[in-house]
Amino acid sequence: MQDSKTVLDEVTKGDYKYGFVTDIDTDVIHRGLDEETIRLISAKKNEPEWLLEFRLKAFRYWQTLEMPDWALLRIPPIDYQDIIYYAAPKQKEGPKSMDEVDPELLKTFDKLGIPLEEQKVLSGMAVDAVMDSVSVKTTFKENLAEKGIIFCSFSEAVQHHPDLVQKYLGSVVSYRDNFFAALNSAVFSDGSFIYIPKGVRCPMELSTYFRINAQNTGQFERTLIVADDESYVSYLEGCTAPMRDENQLHAAIVEIIAHDHAEVKYSTVQNWYPGDKEGKGGIYNFVTKRGLCKGEGSKISWTQVETGSAITWKYPSCILAGDNSVGEFYSVAVTNNYQQADTGTKMIHLGRNTRSTIVSKGISAGHSQNSYRGLVKVSPRAEGARNHSQCDSLLLSPTCGAHTFPYADIQNETAIVEHEATTSKISEEQLFYCQQRGISTEEAVGLIVNGYAREVMNKLPMEFAVEAQKLLSISLEGSVG
Amino acid sequence: MKAEQQYIDLFSQCEDLICRKSAPVLNALRAEAFAEFERLGFPSLKGEDYKYTDVARAFAPDYGLNLNQLEIPVNPYDVFRCDVPNLSTSLYFVVNDMFYNKALPKAHLPEGVYAGGLAEFAQQYPEVAGRYYGKAAALAMNGMTALNTMLAQDGFVVYVPKATVVERPIQLVNVFRSDVDTMANRRILFIVEEGAEAKLLACDHSIDDVKFLSNQVVELFAGANARADYYDLEESSVSTTRFSSLYVKQAANSNVVVNGITLTNGLTRNNYHVSLEGEGAEISLCGMSVLDREQQLDTYSHVTHHVPRCTCNELFKNVLNDHAVGVFSGRILVKQGADKTSAYQTNRNLCTTRECRMYSKPQLEIYADDVKCSHGMTTGQLDENALFYMQSRGISREEARMLLSVAFTSDVIEHIRVDALKDRLHKLVEKRFRGELAKCAGCRICK
Repeated sequence: MQDSKTVLDEVTKGDYKYGFVTDIDTDVIHRGLDEETIRLISAKKNEPEWLLEFRLKAFRYWQTLEMPDWALLRIPPIDYQDIIYYAAPKQKEGPKSMDEVDPELLKTFDKLGIPLEEQKVLSGMAVDAVMDSVSVKTTFKENLAEKGIIFCSFSEAVQHHPDLVQKYLGSVVSYRDNFFAALNSAVFSDGSFIYIPKGVRCPMELSTYFRINAQNTGQFERTLIVADDESYVSYLEGCTAPMRDENQLHAAIVEIIAHDHAEVKYSTVQNWYPGDKEGKGGIYNFVTKRGLCKGEGSKISWTQVETGSAITWKYPSCILAGDNSVGEFYSVAVTNNYQQADTGTKMIHLGRNTRSTIVSKGISAGHSQNSYRGLVKVSPRAEGARNHSQCDSLLLSPTCGAHTFPYADIQNETAIVEHEATTSKISEEQLFYCQQRGISTEEAVGLIVNGYAREVMNKLPMEFAVEAQKLLSISLEGSVG
Repeated sequence: MKAEQQYIDLFSQCEDLICRKSAPVLNALRAEAFAEFERLGFPSLKGEDYKYTDVARAFAPDYGLNLNQLEIPVNPYDVFRCDVPNLSTSLYFVVNDMFYNKALPKAHLPEGVYAGGLAEFAQQYPEVAGRYYGKAAALAMNGMTALNTMLAQDGFVVYVPKATVVERPIQLVNVFRSDVDTMANRRILFIVEEGAEAKLLACDHSIDDVKFLSNQVVELFAGANARADYYDLEESSVSTTRFSSLYVKQAANSNVVVNGITLTNGLTRNNYHVSLEGEGAEISLCGMSVLDREQQLDTYSHVTHHVPRCTCNELFKNVLNDHAVGVFSGRILVKQGADKTSAYQTNRNLCTTRECRMYSKPQLEIYADDVKCSHGMTTGQLDENALFYMQSRGISREEARMLLSVAFTSDVIEHIRVDALKDRLHKLVEKRFRGELAKCAGCRICK
């Protein structure tokens, strides 16, 4: 036991691997938020009038709101006037080839283990790298363009496809949705935009690496994915941030629209800086993610591996509006040291014969608090809705917490809704069995935890699964007991 | 604060009267309760815990209160005979919120055991009453508990001293009887001291068709190694609104069974607050309901594990018909250090019409690692295959539905530890499903 305790401690003390700051010129604006800031952001991005209007409306609405406090989170007060709302790597001329991309930037990606070029060519991914809010380089664009797929940064989309953006922006997450959605709608700087035309199966995994770099900057990206009839796309989002002492706010919005028989798979691996062992610093990750299964037989699937951030507060959701549409949510959330997470999903059943599946695996260690909070709502007209939820929590230390708050609002008698949850620690017997076979405690815990999270890991695309598995082990290094 | 104001005014004006007609032990808490009530008010719909029950609206109408503790001209024993066949119980009555002392059963109680009115108990044994009264029900918990403590004058007490076993169940019949809309602030103490054993059956009945508002607080104390059973059957009327808060405090190795059954009601909110404070304490907390028409049942449970090695088993089942609304919100809180906790929470619901609504929210909040906790929740309808199978065996669809519904709810009743009562309840539930007036067969009003 003593042995395993030490091992556990070592594992949980694992330091943040991605802590480094890249020295590139960043173009930042002054701190604080007022209409002037918003006009400035909008002007810097050369945005059309309607978008500025949208931002201002959102900002005025945001001013009337107060930050919600219902989550099981301890959030130190955030001074919204002490945040820099825009930071972009200084643009020389737009890079035309990889050689023109700032070598420092490329090195950063190298350290992250995502060399833009070779690896992506080998793995056949197209990457839209977002560093501090502005998309730097988009690869494979031409390949995709041949099929009619639009995959570009949000600001580019505003310039080149304003009609599409205007049509779909805010149609799933309105600026009135919540406090952070309003804030994001007012100040969002960049993000990704994807449009898959009718009947097209996107031939490769589309991917974005978010990375927060400059000090004291909030990151407010905005992702909009539109999948037209009978199309398919799988999108990967990976996030890291360098080590910073002050907490940084991240309030993103992701909107997905799936038309008839379209399928969108959205995978996230989030390993932002979680703060040090005393709980100092780290990212606040307050994200609104929502998908609208608009068309008949459409499908949206969320997969997330959350290992980072000091505070994670997000509920990737599906609105199942189309008949026979399907929503899925697979999540592994790992909290260690003083991290806090209140995450889960919402499945809103509106159409007939809609189905949803929720699998959530929480792992808490150290002094962390890990909550699952989810809503399954079946509206009166959602005939034959079917939901299955499963939430398991694994506790790795006597000082951490694991909580489950499922909500089920059923307004139709034909619905079948099931929820199951268990909470326990790693079984002594399993550990003993492994040790007896000559596997060290640490390895054994790694194996058991990976086995425990396997159901979700299996849903990740290959390239991510490997990284996620490594992350899981790193995050839990030293937390076995 | 509109709904609250009339009670604040009432108390300010009638404090003397209330105190004069009551015992010092009860009066001692009034001022504090009043302050808490003023501070808290009624819970609002905006809060998570009272999202579906509009408390302020339920308390807003002008109800009559029997603050003078005038005797109500009725002999409930004549009007009502809530027999459980093959079960001999010691039977007591409370009319609205007053203990009825005209028809007491022959005392079969062991020495030292008290069963009777709260006012009398508090007068006779102020020391014992002071030790328990208000000690489990935290005033700050909610406005209704504060209101009850502020206004309560009488109620019912079962006191079982150390190492005493009461073999025969004690039965308490709460009768609502009034000619005008009435509010009853009933207070029940169920005290089972170290090593003692007792069973309390309580049932609510409304005799008249006026509106009743019952604001009841029950405090249950189980000492070390004690065994206590509390069975609560609601069989009132559609015009009855009931707010009931049960507070359970358990010492080491105590064993408690709580079972709440709702068959006929209007709007009911049942709060169960359980505090497991001694190692090895065990509770089985169950409930079931059959709801139809506009009936609404809002069940809230909060079980706190303070110490290691406690066990909690929760099982709540609802069958909803017509426009009924069911709400279940359960929370199990495991405090840091409460290792070796076992906690299970199950909520299953059967929705049989389009218009009924079920809101379910089972929650686990765990701050200790060496625990086994789980919860499960399902909401659905009867299995089409099972129905078909029964029809293919010549059972009509209606009958098949009824049989399956009865089977669905029966395992809640199985947790009851009095066999005769189990049989009785199985029958009652079956009758309820058959749509026959499910009042107790022995009573006169149903005949």
